[in-house]
Amino acid sequence: MNRNALRAFVVKEFHHILRDRQTLTILLMMPLVQVILFGYALRSDVKDIRMAIVDPAPDHATLELQSRFVATGRFRIVATSRSTDIIEPLFRSGKADMALIFDADFANNLRGHEPARVLAAIDASDPNTGTTYMNYTRAVILGYQSELSAANRQVRIVTETRMRFNPSLESVNLFVPGLIALVLVLVSALMTAISLSREKERGTMEVLLVSPLRPQQIIVGKVLPYLVLAFANVLTALIAAWAVFHVPFRGSVVLLLLEATLYTLVSLALGVLVAARTTSQRAAMLTAMLATMLPNALLSGMIFPISSMPRWLLPVTYIVPARWFIVIARGIMLKGVGLTILWKETLVLSAMALLLLAAAMRSFKPRME
Amino acid sequence: MQTLRYLLRKEFQQIFRDRFMVAQLLLMPIIQLLLLGNAATFEVKTSRMYVVDRDHSEISRGLVDRMQASRRFVAVGASPSLDLANQWMLQRKTDVILSFPSDFERNIVRTRVGELQLILNAEDGAAAGVTQSYAAQIIAAYANEIGATLTPVSRGGQQIEVRARGWYNPELDYRDYMVPGILVQLVTVVGSLMAAMNIVREKELGTLDQLSVTPLSQSTFMAAKLIPFWIIALVELSLGLIVARFVFHVPMLGSILLVFGAAAVYLIAALGIGLFISTLVDTQQQAMFVTFFIIMIYLLMSGLFTPVRSMPEWAQWMAQLNPVKHFIEIMRAVLLKGATLRDIARPVGILAVFGAVAMTLAVWEYGRKTG
Repeated sequence: MNRNALRAFVVKEFHHILRDRQTLTILLMMPLVQVILFGYALRSDVKDIRMAIVDPAPDHATLELQSRFVATGRFRIVATSRSTDIIEPLFRSGKADMALIFDADFANNLRGHEPARVLAAIDASDPNTGTTYMNYTRAVILGYQSELSAANRQVRIVTETRMRFNPSLESVNLFVPGLIALVLVLVSALMTAISLSREKERGTMEVLLVSPLRPQQIIVGKVLPYLVLAFANVLTALIAAWAVFHVPFRGSVVLLLLEATLYTLVSLALGVLVAARTTSQRAAMLTAMLATMLPNALLSGMIFPISSMPRWLLPVTYIVPARWFIVIARGIMLKGVGLTILWKETLVLSAMALLLLAAAMRSFKPRME
Repeated sequence: MQTLRYLLRKEFQQIFRDRFMVAQLLLMPIIQLLLLGNAATFEVKTSRMYVVDRDHSEISRGLVDRMQASRRFVAVGASPSLDLANQWMLQRKTDVILSFPSDFERNIVRTRVGELQLILNAEDGAAAGVTQSYAAQIIAAYANEIGATLTPVSRGGQQIEVRARGWYNPELDYRDYMVPGILVQLVTVVGSLMAAMNIVREKELGTLDQLSVTPLSQSTFMAAKLIPFWIIALVELSLGLIVARFVFHVPMLGSILLVFGAAAVYLIAALGIGLFISTLVDTQQQAMFVTFFIIMIYLLMSGLFTPVRSMPEWAQWMAQLNPVKHFIEIMRAVLLKGATLRDIARPVGILAVFGAVAMTLAVWEYGRKTG
């Protein structure tokens, strides 16, 4: 009889979800739209560098160097002047990214024995792109100089660089595993947290408690439909990644789906725990959101590499489930490795799932106080 | 006016009665700022390097020493086997493999050209690019040095000296850049999400219908619903700025008053979006998901994480319609560059227009639905 009750309860939960078309559409479309939109839009490469030129004494050499910059296709000259006064206003209004300032006797020195000086002033308020501007600038000038001094035989070390696992440094290959992690935690943790706390807020939890269902069964009934929904999300996101962006799947897809299910379980348990510990939908939502959204986006290595974070922050990333899932997903998709290498991460996720489920079961009391 | 005051008092009481909510609203952003401000960086500190040296020469060892001396690289393993090195990389035990062929030094002495192989784990994308440029700089400098010792030529002419200076952030501290952006995100969540939820809750509980039979005018009602969140968001911004100033030492070159002025305008846009969403949905659950969906797109397309100017053209056009993008731009320009109202007139203007349009649409839609 209990089993029948459970089945009926699960069916009821499915009805609840399917009835709310608006939420359902958003839930199903979200991963698709995100993968496609962000796959196209999120890139960290630098293409169009707007450069101001300060050249107190224009001359053949300075013009030649300027044309070298333009010829790369990366630089665009937006202003030319004889004095440095133009730089500050251009930088402040964001109309130029960098300025190239020639010494007044640049051309003379280039022919003579003193080194010819040029200063690259870079808007480094964004340090990441700032560094990139700097590197490109150096490369152009060094190229020009090595042409000039081709006569005196310089020692060169030719470096053959290989970017393993993602040769083109394609951003989408890196973001897709992260986006899947983010969407899964959103759907699973937030939806369960809200769905459970809504029953609490409306007082229908008291109705459930006089039903023959045991607390564990209520949780299972609440969690199961979202597990199915989340699984559908994984599939659509993966298909979009594969069909639109040709993200590689070097490893086993079955393993990836299993790991995704494990990760979803962790998120669902987190949702139940949040619902059990809070009193209102708003509180549940805020807690679930603050506990999942930003940490999973920023502390998981999805966008910002974990190795760049300060040492004291590393232990904090260990408790973010997405951190482990992203290692697994990237490992399977980009590196084609299996459980022999990913066993540690899988173990951590399993332990998290067990711990959170146990904690959720314990603190979930549908009894009246 | 009198009614508005009573209503405002009621709203504030309702918000502050829920201690948990207050803690969430005021404490969580600060905790988040502290955690995330530190996390959001592309800066690459030390890369673990595996050396495959089949040459064992003075020059190859010299380069490894030079790389380690830069403190950007630390050798974690060495063997003559590239297969072993690859295995290490698969297991994430090393980030970089530096591989010398057996004739590395001989070639340099004979032909002045040496070849080596640098293999990076590009699993982390951004990090790999930065690591590569560090390595390239060290290798180029080392090549110059060897050249000087092999053939001491007099430094005769045709030397260009490049000096580079990063303005506004000479130490290239990523936190200075990210903290103002994260602040915007926190304020946005309060501004649009919380406001939307608050109105939808009245809908869900049925008290909205009760209100519509009271002599309360629609505009008073809406003002009473929105003003508290406008104020709370501004308080949150102040708290965040204090943390930014005293914990992260974010430079504040521009006028703080200007920041608050822009925030006041921006919040009208954010609240307008929240209000508009509340007219579209019936339950808090829906409100949350719709808001979430919109905020997520706004955030990721705002230039908070990846520069807007790296996006494809169509995405840049879309970004122009994104109030979050404009406000982040304003915050960064005023705080880091000391921009004045003249410099940021355009984004502020766009925000004002956006706010006016969003508010009007929301109020109109609201009147249509309830009236």
